[in-house]
Amino acid sequence: MSASVTFARTIPAVRSKPASGVVRLILIGAALLYIGFFLVLPLAAVFVQAFEKGAQAYLAAVSDKETLSAIRLTLLACAIAVPLNLLFGLAASWAITKFNFRGKNLLVTLVDLPLAVSPVVSGLIYVLVFGLHGWFGKWLDDHDVRIIFAVPGIVLATMFVTFPFIARELIPFMQSQGKEEEEAAAVLGASGWKIFFKITLPNIKWSLLYGVILASSRAVGEFGAVSVVSGHIRGQTNTLPLHVEILYNEYNFTAAFAAASLLTLLAVITLIAKKIVEWKTEKQIAASEAQEYV
Amino acid sequence: MPSIFGKRSSSVPGFGLSLGFALTYLSLIVLIPLSAVFFKSASMGWAHFWDAATTPRVLASYRLTFGASLAAAGINAVAGLLVGWVLARYDFPGKRVVDAVVDLPFALPTAVAGIALTSLYVGNGWIGHFLQPHGIEVAFKPAGIVLALSFVGFPFVVRSVQPVLEDLDKGLEEAAASLGATPWQTFRRVIFPSVLPALLTGVALAFARALGEYGSVIFIAGNMPMRTEITSLLIISKLEQYDYAGATAIAVVMLVMSFLLLLGINLLQARIRKYQEVEF
Amino acid sequence: MSIQVRNISKRYGSFAAVKNVSLEVKEGELVALLGPSGSGKTTLLRIIAGLEQPDSGTILLNDQDATSHSAAKRRVGFVFQHYALFRHMNVSENIAFGLNVQSRGTRLAKSEIKDRVQQLLQLVQLESLANRYPTQLSGGQRQRVALARALAVQPSVLLLDEPFGALDAKVRKDLRRWLRRLHDEIHVTSVLVTHDQEEALEVADRVAIMNAGQVEQVGSPEEVYDHPTTPFVFDFLGNVNLFHGRVESGRANLGPLEVTAPDNAAQWNGPAFGYVRPHDLEITRQSQDSQATIEARVTQISAAGPRTKVELKRSDNGSLIEAEITKARYQELALCAGDLVFVKPLSIRLFAGSPPA
Repeated sequence: MSASVTFARTIPAVRSKPASGVVRLILIGAALLYIGFFLVLPLAAVFVQAFEKGAQAYLAAVSDKETLSAIRLTLLACAIAVPLNLLFGLAASWAITKFNFRGKNLLVTLVDLPLAVSPVVSGLIYVLVFGLHGWFGKWLDDHDVRIIFAVPGIVLATMFVTFPFIARELIPFMQSQGKEEEEAAAVLGASGWKIFFKITLPNIKWSLLYGVILASSRAVGEFGAVSVVSGHIRGQTNTLPLHVEILYNEYNFTAAFAAASLLTLLAVITLIAKKIVEWKTEKQIAASEAQEYV
Repeated sequence: MPSIFGKRSSSVPGFGLSLGFALTYLSLIVLIPLSAVFFKSASMGWAHFWDAATTPRVLASYRLTFGASLAAAGINAVAGLLVGWVLARYDFPGKRVVDAVVDLPFALPTAVAGIALTSLYVGNGWIGHFLQPHGIEVAFKPAGIVLALSFVGFPFVVRSVQPVLEDLDKGLEEAAASLGATPWQTFRRVIFPSVLPALLTGVALAFARALGEYGSVIFIAGNMPMRTEITSLLIISKLEQYDYAGATAIAVVMLVMSFLLLLGINLLQARIRKYQEVEF
Repeated sequence: MSIQVRNISKRYGSFAAVKNVSLEVKEGELVALLGPSGSGKTTLLRIIAGLEQPDSGTILLNDQDATSHSAAKRRVGFVFQHYALFRHMNVSENIAFGLNVQSRGTRLAKSEIKDRVQQLLQLVQLESLANRYPTQLSGGQRQRVALARALAVQPSVLLLDEPFGALDAKVRKDLRRWLRRLHDEIHVTSVLVTHDQEEALEVADRVAIMNAGQVEQVGSPEEVYDHPTTPFVFDFLGNVNLFHGRVESGRANLGPLEVTAPDNAAQWNGPAFGYVRPHDLEITRQSQDSQATIEARVTQISAAGPRTKVELKRSDNGSLIEAEITKARYQELALCAGDLVFVKPLSIRLFAGSPPA
């Protein structure tokens, strides 16, 4: 299921056709209005409400013990899930783009599978496997190992939802680069690892970074899946998004929005980082295309 | 070296290791856990499964989720096309910023979006307090659900139509104009048909996302059974009551629906690719 | 190092790319694999290099069976059509790559690597571009870097896959001559794949012409051009005029022409066809012998260039003939479009059966 949305990273064609000036202005105005009202306003709302009771209250909320613990858990889940999915992404795209084998298309489809699964179901599947009444429930209980309602469960759920992101970035990019450089290196006597580190990796670094940014952003912000597998135990099994939910449901709005503001800030940084990497890859593609005709 | 994958090019090393690792990881993290859902529901027996998946409360949640997702997809079809159009064809100050902001719903954690939207549209919220005197209630009503789902699905449509609009052959429009078509006619007869497949794809993706959406919806919905309870929430409720069978049955229904939907999207995209190849 | 290709076959799905090909490349020779696209020449080259595995057959490098050896183990140099330069390394780093990835035991000292790179830069005349990156080089320069890179590890065999295919005509010609001089200097056994017959005939010691996965003929450039053994080779190298006809009782009737069939066709009775090169056609105003000439009308004359090309339309069946005559003869005849003349083949190559499609 490689349903894909290509992000607009193509080199923009010459545009701005001279449509009637009025129509143009109306359309631009309408678009800006929609974006401002619908996207920017909620963004602003987060920060305004976070600072409603002043900077002091904000800092207190952000440095609260439970909030810090939630931050730590969020970062931990991200720090485990993303690198593992990175390894998977590299392995899968290497196999898919440098070789031909039966079932290659099926593999590409399977990589996209987690995208088709709703967050709540993503958590449910791990409960069915590791939960008390799940496949391994009895065994885990006997050995006093807790996965569901504990940190490992959260990490697993995070791994599931961020599974496709890096592979999906690498596969089309490596496909377009072909395997000639790797073949040239092979004929020159380089071993597999040397080829990978010296030839392939430098060529894919921006795509790789983009995938890591997307995956990390999703890992930090995941809510539904983590909600199912977490025990919602404050200070122990709450990620930052879950912590926001708890605070909000207790009507502790300022604290909730303060925590939310951290996540929002991260989202904004993610958007900026994405733009920078897009710009860099555009430059890379343009440079190699321009030289093609020499 | 005989292999079930058939003969493969031996020019570059590392096939066995990379494929082996990839398949193992895929199976452990994705395939085996996913299969648990189907095994569990198989063990329930068909009758029990059907009962669990079609209680009135569950059916109400299907109607609500489906309907709200459809409505949101419809809104996004228009809004997404508008914004995609403006970004692809016009220049204006701050365009790069606007282009980046479009991805906000992708980057923003759903819970944050949920509480932000709720705070705006409740009775005493920034927008809510304008609407309330007129008797318009958004928060804790289906309308709020549609609102939240529109928020999360927005970038799908924009990012689907934007590249197509950018790559549109200017020659086609110029030909239409030279033949006497007004801008509107050109849009309706030349441009819109070209962008329609991409638009449908984007809408379908937004729809698929909306069906499973949880975090951004549960704050603004009322979460009242039979009225404002989405299917995802129902699954969690069942889990909290230790009704694993019930939760699984509903999950299977959701999975089958999204698989079918994505299959349709794939076929649509394949059709698009064929259509584009024939153009020359 | 010599190369022996023995009974190599390779299929891709239902497509047979190489069919039971055997070939020998002697030490120090430069052999060209010449043929149209799809003839299997690149596949064969890659099999020799170890980049593809054959379905059957063996490859012997210096009389050692190398069929199961990986590309890295075979110590061949390979030059790709699209250069395959490492885009994030500069020219020097590209050339040094093969030397840098050797294992600790056999790797040269840093200073020795530097020297070797310098020598190669001089060899390919790119000393001033040592620090440039591939995107900053022209196509011809990139190909020279690719060649230097392949030679750096001192391979015993050099394999070139349409090395000049992506370059424009003038650069191609220059590099072609340069490659020949290089080969004369360093005498490394080389196999060159190309679809450009001019290139093959000019550069190679021997040419192997391939078609549909098989070798049609192998020989020196002169041999294959002057004495083609199959219709394909005849048609592929240079231009041909086709004459349909029959052979019966030792005489060949090709339209209005009647010739004595050569000895080895004396027993043949059946359809036949003849190939004549444009420069083997004589044009006269009068016909001396009606059985040796064909009446035709001049349709087009192309007098620019060293020889004059005359296109004619046969009076009997309306098919076109292409003749090439000297400028002097053209002026002597004072030919104009529309003139009715007689065409006399000086040398016909007869083949039994029907001509290839």
